Parts: sequence; C-alpha cells; structure tokens
Amino acid sequence: MSAGRRVAVLKGGRSLERKVSLRSGAQAQDALQRLGHDVVAIDVGPDLVERLITAKPDAAFVALHGRDGEDGTIQGLLEAIGIPYTGSGPAACMCCTDKVLAKLLMREAGIPTPGFHFFREESMEELGAAGALADVETKLGFPLVVKPASQGSALGVKFARANKELPGALLGAFSYDRKVLIERYIRGRDLAVSVLDGDASPSSGRLAAGEPVALPVVEAVPREEDFYDYESRYEIGMTTFACPAELEPETTARAQELALEVYRRLGCHGVARIDLMLEQDRDELWVLEANVVPGLTETSLLPQAADAAGIGLDDLVGRVLASAWTRPG
Amino acid sequence: MDRPIKGAGDGRGARATAHELARYEALFAARTHGMKSSAMREMMALTERPDVISLAGGLPDTTTFAPELYAKLMSQVAAESTARALQYGPTEGMAATVQCIVEVMAAEGSLVDPSEVIVTTGGQQVIDLVCKALIDPGDVIVAEAPTYPGAVPTFGAYQAEVAQIEMDGDGMPIDELETTLDRLQAQGRRPKFIYSIPNFQNPGGVTMSLARRRRLVEVARERELLVLEDNPYGLLRYEGEPLPTLYSLDAQAVGREGASDLVIYLGTFSKILSPGLRLGWAVAPRPVLEKLNLGKQGADLCSSPVTQLFVAAYFNERDAEGRAGWREYLERLKDLYRRRRDVMLSELEVHFGEEARWTRPQGGLFIWATLDEHIDTTDLLALARKSEGVAFVPGRAAYMDGRSGSSSMRLNFAGVPDDDIREGVRRIGKVVREQVRLLGTLTGSSSARARLGPSPAAGAGPEPPDPAATHARVPDGGAGLAGGAGPTDAGGELADVVSLPRRNEEGSARRRQDR
Repeated sequence: MSAGRRVAVLKGGRSLERKVSLRSGAQAQDALQRLGHDVVAIDVGPDLVERLITAKPDAAFVALHGRDGEDGTIQGLLEAIGIPYTGSGPAACMCCTDKVLAKLLMREAGIPTPGFHFFREESMEELGAAGALADVETKLGFPLVVKPASQGSALGVKFARANKELPGALLGAFSYDRKVLIERYIRGRDLAVSVLDGDASPSSGRLAAGEPVALPVVEAVPREEDFYDYESRYEIGMTTFACPAELEPETTARAQELALEVYRRLGCHGVARIDLMLEQDRDELWVLEANVVPGLTETSLLPQAADAAGIGLDDLVGRVLASAWTRPG
Repeated sequence: MDRPIKGAGDGRGARATAHELARYEALFAARTHGMKSSAMREMMALTERPDVISLAGGLPDTTTFAPELYAKLMSQVAAESTARALQYGPTEGMAATVQCIVEVMAAEGSLVDPSEVIVTTGGQQVIDLVCKALIDPGDVIVAEAPTYPGAVPTFGAYQAEVAQIEMDGDGMPIDELETTLDRLQAQGRRPKFIYSIPNFQNPGGVTMSLARRRRLVEVARERELLVLEDNPYGLLRYEGEPLPTLYSLDAQAVGREGASDLVIYLGTFSKILSPGLRLGWAVAPRPVLEKLNLGKQGADLCSSPVTQLFVAAYFNERDAEGRAGWREYLERLKDLYRRRRDVMLSELEVHFGEEARWTRPQGGLFIWATLDEHIDTTDLLALARKSEGVAFVPGRAAYMDGRSGSSSMRLNFAGVPDDDIREGVRRIGKVVREQVRLLGTLTGSSSARARLGPSPAAGAGPEPPDPAATHARVPDGGAGLAGGAGPTDAGGELADVVSLPRRNEEGSARRRQDR
C-alpha cells in the first residue's frame, strides 16, 4: 500500500495476553512508522470508539490477542463504525477462537485433528454430563489434554495422565471458559505454519488479496523435556525455535498444505498461524488450532517464519496492513 | 506516545528483520534465562485495576500517617539540611540514620555495633546484594517453603538453585533442614546461605519457635553456614511474647554482644514507617559487610539522603511525655493491623468452608490459606479476577519451581480497609464454593457438597471474631504436620496456626515425575 496512511494500532486491552499484545503492538507501530504511515497507538479500553471516531484512521491494525481482539468483538465493532481493519473478519475470528468450533469444522472437512469431546460447565450438573466422562476416557485414552475452548495462552491447559487427575484438570480449564474440550494427547513435535495472503492486485475496480501462501514451518523445541507442563513450556526462555524446522521435504509440504486448507476452510483473511503436531513414531500430522492474530513480538513465530521466507518485519507488517483493504464482499 | 509520528525517509532501517530483533537475544547474559516471566505473573499485573479488590499486595497501610507530621518533617529536612539532603551520601548510610536502626533493633532486643550496619534501598536490596556477594551460578540457597515471593526472582536472576523446606506451625523444621544439608553434603555441595523469615513469615504467616531458632543457630555454627535473617515484621507483633532474633542468638553464642558471626540480618523501615522511603538495612559480619558495600557502590552508590534525613528527623520526634513518636505510631499500626487480621480471620471462618485451612499469624501482614488440593489457585485467580473482581497471590509464586503450593494463596490484611477485607474474602469464598461444588459434580461425589455446609448467605450472620475459639481449632490429623512431629518444642503454645499447608507426599512424588 502507498505510504502516508493513518493507521490506528489497537493493542493491550484486558485479556490475559495483554502484555504480549502490547509488545506486538509496539513492533507493529515501529514498522508502520518506518513504512511512512501516521500511527495512532491505542491501548484498548472504554474510550476505544471515541478515540477511533476522533482519530479517523484509514485503517485499524489489530494487534490484540485473546478476548475482544481475537474473538470477533473488535472486528464487529470496527465494521459498525466503518473502519477497515487488518486480518480475519468476525466469523473466522469466532471460529478460530472457539477451539471446539474450529475442530468440529476441521473434522467435517476431513482435516486431521486429534480426537476430542467437549463439555459445558453447566451441563455437568444440569444434564449430568459428568456421567459421560468415563466413556470419554475410554474412547480417547490417557494421557488427555484439557483445554478451555477460548483461552489463547497456555493458561488453563491441563494434562490428565490418569482417571483421578481428570476432575482437577477440568476444574482448572473451567476457570477460564465455561466450555472446555478434552483432547487425545499427541506426543511429538510442536510445529507452526503461518499463512499470509499474497500481494494484493486490482480486480474489477477494487483490490483483491493474492492467493494465500504458507510460510516456512517453525518448530518450538522445549528447553527441558517436560512435556506435561504446558505453562512453563511457553514461558519466555523455556523454549527455543527452529526455523525452518528440520523435516522431511514431504512432511514440510504436507504441513503447509494442511495449514492452507485450514486457513481457507475457517475463512481466515490476511494472516493466520496454524499450530500442528507431528506425532512421534507415526510421522502423522495433526492440526491443533488456528490463531487469527499471531504475535509479532521479537520471539513470536510469525516474524521468524516470515524472515525465513525473506520477508522482513516491515514487509510483513505492510502486507498485513494491506489486508485491511482487500477484504472480499 | 499516541501522537502520530511521520517516520518516512528518516533512514532508519527500512527492513528490520527477525534476525535483527533476535540480535538482542544473542546479547543477553545467561542469567536472564533465570529471569522468567510467567503467565501467572502477567496475570497478577492485570489485577492492579481500580475495580478489583486486591488482597494480593504486600502493602502496609500508609493512610494513617499524619499529613501534618509528614509536612513538618520534610520542611525540617529542607530547612536544616538542604545541602546534605541534595548531596550524595556515604555508601554505608548516614550516621544519624544508622543510629535510628540501632534504636529499632534494640527495641527487638538485638544490640548492634553501628559500624556493622549498612543502609540499603529497601530490604529487597539486601537480598540482591547478598546474592551478588555470595552466589555463583548453580550455588545452593536453602529457603523455607513457601518463601517470600519477592525473593524468588532475585534467586532466579543469580541462577541459584534453591532447596525449599516445607514449614509447619513452628516455622522451618530444623531436622528437615539437617536432612537436606546432609543430602547436599553427600553430593559435595554446600549451601551459600540459609534464607529464613522467622517472624510472621511472608507468605506463610507462621513464626519460628524459640527452640528452633536456637537449633538453627547451632546448626549454622556446627556447619559454618551463613544465615540470611529477613525480619521486616518483627515489631508488628499483635499478641504473644516477642522472640529473640537469630542475629542476637548467634551474637550470644559468639560471646560478644552486638556481633554475630554467621547471621546476616535484614531490616527495613517499610513496614514500621513507609515503603515509599525505600530504606532498609543489613547488619553483617565485617568481611561480608565489605562485599555488600562494594556491591552497593556498583548498584546505586548510596541510598537517598533525602529519605535518610527524613527518617532521622522522624526518630527525633517526641510527644509531651517524652515518648518516642515512632513507637507510638507503631502501636497505632499494630492496633489497626490486629483488628484487620481478626476481621479477615472471622471472614475466613464464614466464607472459606470446611475444606480450607489457614494460618493464624501473631503478627505481620499475611495469612496463608490452603484449599482442596484439586483447586489450583492460579486458575482460581483467573476466575476470581474475571467473575468477582478480587485478587490474591497464588501459592505457586512462593515456590522456586513455580508449581508447588498450587492449592494455597497469600492474603494481605494489613494494607486493606476492613470493608474491602470483608468483601474480598466473601468474593473469594463464593468462587471457592462454586469450584468445590463443581468438583463434587465432576468426581460424582456428593460428599464434597455436603462438606461445604450451608451457604453463609442463607445462614446466620458472621460470627463475632473470637481468636481464642479459632486458636482452639485442631489441626487436621498428624499427616499434615511436618514428619508428624507436631509441636516438638516450646510445648506447642507458640503454634500460631489453625491448620497447616499439607505435606502431600503423593503430590510431591507426582511433581517429581513431572520433571
């Protein structure tokens, strides 16, 4: 996009990922300034709409992770006040933020995702859903992973290695969301594939996004072999990253192909990061989830993947910004 | 920073690559890997909001300090010591301030030689300077479990390995300490120091018994180990007889008053006067003191002369009868905190249910509460913050491994108005009850629900605070106490605990497997 646009960078907010979001936002601001845009940084709060209306930006750059920014709330709001914004629209945001919905859609599309069942907190008592847990245990087999349906960070993601650990794991996950999923644990390598829309081109009088491309695969390697502790695993400094991941060429190709399939199927736009597991011994790929607002911090996966593809941070941010004007419809 | 900035054509790198960003990573010292940010700490930052009642802070109350007195003291410093207040001071601290420190320590029965004192920027700096002087990467520190959450990042930054010893109602069990020391010795390792908060421990709320204090000093002498005695709250005792400091016990053992061989003493004005002054101190054996002094020169040259002179002026205050003003203020603080402690204890009785246990501190700022072992207080905090607008410190913050203590929480009563204590505990209790109820459903047992008893909202009003009755409540079974030892010394009359963090053998075994 041409320089000199006025861009509001939306960051911070009240989600549990506030701090990461502030760092993503700062990176985006710097890059946008280097690209010659007017940047208005907004730490999202009760005055958001007022500030947007006052600032009259040409576009909003969404650097909000988690609640509000990733669940479609902000996107719906921006559409209501007519400000073009970066990344996916409300529907894709809702699908990706709700891991249960995303997995159901993936399963319908024949995309491999680990076996799972989901529960709502109220149903445990009101519908006697707790009585179904034994069946779930039998069907999926231990160890199990319990995840809040909508929590973006590792908080609340719990392991249960045996029957007696499941109630505590569910209790923990329910602390973050009233809907949780119980998933078969895939032991193996943690992979992430970021997908970026291709260069925009004019099409029947307006801009259209180019074909999405999958960036090189990033592997997250825990510093310590402690695969049962998700929370420390994603602490800064506890994990190192390999990019591109050392994989067989056909595995890389398959991972990228799967990521693109997920991206299309869930209706993502502009950019997304798809997380996968490469199952140990079986060499099988499983899609865990998709993230519509991937982190842009120094240690985030998307900038690393882009860099490996020869796309610098400024380029990357510029391309994400372009997605504000290429939204179909 | 919200101002629009034109950045075009300023020549700043048009292509900042991820590699360029990663260059910082390559520059960072290895020790920064020990300076971890955790999801839990990030969440704690979110609790600092006006709509959240926070029982999480380590705050004393500063609202009752007379504004007129503050103004008078500041004017006095301005008028009488302008040049000195605005100038650098000696690294070891100003003589007038050191005199105040000697007075404070004498009030607790510890005689000190002014030449063995160093004034620091808060007590926190002492922990940092002691680590700076003593800890190489991989060195061992022995600490209590739980330990001061603020020491955890400091120990981590110096890449120390910390062996934590689970406390019971009388503080750190010294037989457990000896077992740990033996084990370390068998590995050819010698801890650099033993870190203890003997009085009204943060966060545990327990006080080390006299017999254990004596024994700890003996063990330190037998094995020639340094002890860092962290005593911010010693003068904030609300009941019971004061106990001698480890420092004074060691000085007696050496046979010379006012000079301990092996105890580094940490004190602070933060809890008896004001944390905003940022003034604490260390008393240390001379060779250690010299290293602390060198370390402090590198850190900040000296602590603020402005606040040091403020303290000196404050300690000169006398009332009409010639009584020291600082001691009167201390008495008022004690009355305030004692009342707040009692408010919190009685609210806990009402709202926390049968499954929870908590300490009953004889002083200090904190109560340590332990819930059903299935409840992870880090998750509970996420829920309580969101649904009820209330915060506390999750127990994990007090453990180096970031995992133990997961069903406990630290509650501050001192810096919180009575009504907020009531409302805060009520809100936490509500979330806990909901969690216990859900847990009962998940485990298919109705017993969890039965144990909860009637909802306090439906039942009788809050019980009147009755510390004696609370005190009489029996700790749960022998299994909960360290090694089943119970009150091994001091006849148990000092056990200021209702019930104790459970020694969960199974739980710790599970954690070990996790590694």
